[in-house]
Amino acid sequence: MGSQKPDRRGFLKGGAALAGGLTLGATEPAFGQLPHPHRYIKGTDDLVAYGGRSSFVTSVRIAHPPDNRPSPDAFGLVFHVAAPLQDSVGMITPSSLHFIGTTRGSFVPDIDPREHRLMFHGLVDRPLVFTMEDLKRLPSVTRPHFIECAGNRSSPSHRTVQETHGMTSCAEWTGVLLSTLLKETGVKAAGKWIVAEGVEEVKGASSIPMEKAMDDCIVAYGMNGEAIRPQNGFPLRLLVPGFEGIFNSKYLRRIKVVDRYYMTYNDYGHLDRDPKVAALGYQIGPKSVITFPSGGQQLTDRGFYEVSGLAWSGGGAISRVEVSTDGGRRWADAEIQGTAYRMAHTRFRFQWNWDGNEAELLSRCTDEIGQVQPTRSQVAAYFGAPEGRPFGVPGQDNSVQPWRIASDGSVHNAIT
Amino acid sequence: MRSPSVRSLPALVLMMLVAGTAVAQSPTYGVGRTPTEEEIRAWDISISPTGEELPPGRGTVQEGALAYRRTGCAGCHGAAGVDGRAPRLVKQDAEPTTNPWNLGRILPIRAPYATVVWDYINRGMPLNREGTLTADEVYAITAYLLYLNEVIPEDAVLDAESLPKIQMPNRDAWAQVPDWQPGQPRLPGYPY
Repeated sequence: MGSQKPDRRGFLKGGAALAGGLTLGATEPAFGQLPHPHRYIKGTDDLVAYGGRSSFVTSVRIAHPPDNRPSPDAFGLVFHVAAPLQDSVGMITPSSLHFIGTTRGSFVPDIDPREHRLMFHGLVDRPLVFTMEDLKRLPSVTRPHFIECAGNRSSPSHRTVQETHGMTSCAEWTGVLLSTLLKETGVKAAGKWIVAEGVEEVKGASSIPMEKAMDDCIVAYGMNGEAIRPQNGFPLRLLVPGFEGIFNSKYLRRIKVVDRYYMTYNDYGHLDRDPKVAALGYQIGPKSVITFPSGGQQLTDRGFYEVSGLAWSGGGAISRVEVSTDGGRRWADAEIQGTAYRMAHTRFRFQWNWDGNEAELLSRCTDEIGQVQPTRSQVAAYFGAPEGRPFGVPGQDNSVQPWRIASDGSVHNAIT
Repeated sequence: MRSPSVRSLPALVLMMLVAGTAVAQSPTYGVGRTPTEEEIRAWDISISPTGEELPPGRGTVQEGALAYRRTGCAGCHGAAGVDGRAPRLVKQDAEPTTNPWNLGRILPIRAPYATVVWDYINRGMPLNREGTLTADEVYAITAYLLYLNEVIPEDAVLDAESLPKIQMPNRDAWAQVPDWQPGQPRLPGYPY
């Protein structure tokens, strides 16, 4: 992997010699005399039907380490499951590895899509009920969007990027724009909010402003090119791009158009006495994190590394990502990979030569409306918090994540 | 928008006129069917802060204490709303005059409206038997828990009329959510 060149050459020579020594038969043509796999994966019906990953790939989700609620709890329920961002490449999170946030842990409804219905009622001109078949007849959109849990907050006890940032993921979602459906039902002038509700056991419901409902919300049935997975809301979920994760109602069954903020139980979780804090606990700010190298990983040798990470914002597309390798004294622009989509993970890359000395890697991003990702001390200064004491960023914590590279190449969480 | 403002008749008439113009829009695709009134009533479990959707029924603190044990609440939340495996339901602080923000996240005790307590019990409790409580039981258990938290007196009777009028500790001491507009920073003047 990171071994020095002479060693690597030696290995290749050894490998070639080994391959040559195998009983390939005298008739084997010269161009076949290369290292080759010794084992094959049997082509079972299951693999024909749905495929599977290599047994050498072991990247998995974990129960998210909690700040105050044990997971699993006293009932054995796991509420939050974090994605292995340290292994991620590109901008899409595979459905099997997409993070999960729930209000009641392991209970995932097993919904027959033929029975599922979505009802629109309240302050509408025409209440309507849609079947899944109905929805798939309507004009659709496919867009990449991140979803991030409000509990995605780095703490000094976290070791890896999965623990500090694993409660965000990005998938390609397909469905009908909520505005298409609301135009179909007609919205009365007094209809200023919607309440979106799921069919699961707690029937989670959130109040969403009509401006957002008509802007870019998606009633989604597709995720990464197939049906949404049960843990992510099969057969139907609401995407509220850029809003905190809980607004993205899973198992969506009902949209009620109402005249006011309904103060549902989910809304109650956002309640605060400070208007600034209340405002920040709504739409997610600009945020980024380096996923390689990140906490728990190991640099094997000095020399070239492509530093890579993810950036996203509830305010729109990412317009700029900067990286510092000296703890924030100097910053340089990172390269943004491909198109930066609105409210989507955006992959960034940065070329770096590690000189073998201790280093501190940071990233910060700017979004299309000019919001800049802050450090914790910048936010503390804005709120006039006393210096030198731990500071909790109000609302969604979008502060800069530092990774310390020790001189032995080990990587550590440097958040304080 | 949320304040319990008194709507004057002219304002109401104006609203109806505006609503009338919005009706002019007709469906583009004609997909989906019209639900019956009964279907909407059966599905609509939303409870507004005004309590306008609250069903008929009533419950007292005493009835709630019995229902709390009979329907299984005590099995998870503890005999007195504390020391169970499930989250505690009684505030940490015995002083009724202290800051409501210090009461902990138990119940929705910090919610401005008692409708939030009623709604959550109705939609999400008890675990694995959600939706089995009668309206009377939900009123009664709500009454019992609000009594335990010193929000209402022991002789209180809760129904669709009295529940929305309960003066919760946080009735007025909370911040409104921002007026969200697309393309706007989440907090004016906040650079992050």
